[in-house]
Amino acid sequence: MAEFLSLHDAVARYVEDGATVAMEGFTHLIPFAAGHEVIRQGKRDLTLIRMTPDLVYDQLIGAGCAKKVIFSWGGNPGVGSLHRLRDAVEKGWPRKVEILEHSHAAMACAFEAGAAGLPLAVLRGYVGSELPSVNDQIKFIDCPFTGERLAAVPSVRPDVSIVHAQKADRAGNVLVEGIVGVQKEAVLAAKQSIVTVEEIVDDLRAEPGYHPNACIIPGWAISAIAVAEKGSLPSYAHGYYPRNNAFYKEWDAIARDRDAFTAWIEENVMNAGGNAR
Amino acid sequence: MSLDYTSAEMMTVTAARALENGTTCFVGIGLPSEAANLARLTHAPDVVLIYESGTLQTKPDVLPLSIGDGELAETALTTVAVPEMFRYWLQGGKIDVGFLGTAQIDRYCNLNTTLIGDYREPKVRLPGGGGAPEIATNAGEVFITLKHSKRAFVDEVDFVTTLGFGRDGKGRDGVPNIGKGPTRVITDLCVMKPDPETKELVVVSLHPGVTAEQVQEATGWELRFAETLESTPEPSETELEILRDLKARTARAHSGQ
Repeated sequence: MAEFLSLHDAVARYVEDGATVAMEGFTHLIPFAAGHEVIRQGKRDLTLIRMTPDLVYDQLIGAGCAKKVIFSWGGNPGVGSLHRLRDAVEKGWPRKVEILEHSHAAMACAFEAGAAGLPLAVLRGYVGSELPSVNDQIKFIDCPFTGERLAAVPSVRPDVSIVHAQKADRAGNVLVEGIVGVQKEAVLAAKQSIVTVEEIVDDLRAEPGYHPNACIIPGWAISAIAVAEKGSLPSYAHGYYPRNNAFYKEWDAIARDRDAFTAWIEENVMNAGGNAR
Repeated sequence: MSLDYTSAEMMTVTAARALENGTTCFVGIGLPSEAANLARLTHAPDVVLIYESGTLQTKPDVLPLSIGDGELAETALTTVAVPEMFRYWLQGGKIDVGFLGTAQIDRYCNLNTTLIGDYREPKVRLPGGGGAPEIATNAGEVFITLKHSKRAFVDEVDFVTTLGFGRDGKGRDGVPNIGKGPTRVITDLCVMKPDPETKELVVVSLHPGVTAEQVQEATGWELRFAETLESTPEPSETELEILRDLKARTARAHSGQ
């Protein structure tokens, strides 16, 4: 059963140095507040999994939290590069970061396989791509029924997954609306999970607009819930606030420069108690 | 020849015209998204646009900055989880056209969005594959649109992120359950199509005012030109007006106002 904790306590309890962590949210509902808490608590040597590292992992990488990043598209959407990711990969600042890259299809399938308790995901993928030559976690198998050659990747099984959602109710059930990405899969694939939410309501089923096919993660499938208002800014929360596209553009200049980045983290993360941006 | 338009507008309009009404199109962000939405707002009102964020049959009023902007979910028929998007809709064979951009392309339409230089010692690290590797092989066919330059049109891509026809042009031969691959490349100078036999890109149409020499100058290999080289039709006044409106709305929406 989900336990209601402060964001500080949830991260302190479930994110250990050296852990494999997936913070998901496909452009939408990116758990920035939780990412900032991980930075504030100085977690180290994390293996960070995310389909799109986005600004949240750029910040964690630049702050020295990551040892390895597993991803499938590492850019600033619509803007350009993730400069902290690039600086870590190209120049080893602030430390060398190992990368393992996939395609979106493979990672999505790997999250789904993790949720399904399988050791691997099978897909019709990577045909003719050179990604398998630089990622030893991409293999090919022959279908035992048709003989077709298919790609196989290990399932994603994080020590802890962290996602952000619109609301939870008193029983810890969580509602995710809009672009749902691989959030449910990430939670179900992980040993432990933290869900941050915009707000707590009494009973999701009594909420206006609730319908029987809503994307709900039951409270008994979640380890901890923490309230983090505006917890996915500068990404967005469908029904709550829009994406701060202007900040995604501003980030380009901040992240290009090591000193500007460090100053930004100091001011907006280290010296901010709760939510930056 | 009286209309005033830019080469970028020429590219977008030409790319948009390539999409037939009623087509199901898996849309990449950036230029493909601009072209696909222009198609939807002009000659192809029933084109079905699908973005990898899980948004099915979406009709954004402004162009998304990211592949997962709220605008896409708010105007979609339905929004599905990302694994469903790739497994059922793309891999399941429901997509007619994959519309992609790229950083580098070679004569066999192989696409590189991974890096410039050597993989272990990159000169420039690019974002990576994203949805492209499987869009390019699981969609019925692939359209590619990008600005023409020697940096982009290279003799050999530094890395094959996404299959065109392989480094020898035979990358799809004998592969079961694979799409046709790239069928046209639309740039700001011309339209190219792969040779039916060798799969090497051939320039089939030059945009108005563009010379073959200009295209060759902006390409990193010795180009082939079709025997009967066509002239790409100019944009119409309506197309330009709708495109400019769309871009102005988009700029306003993204300026943070």
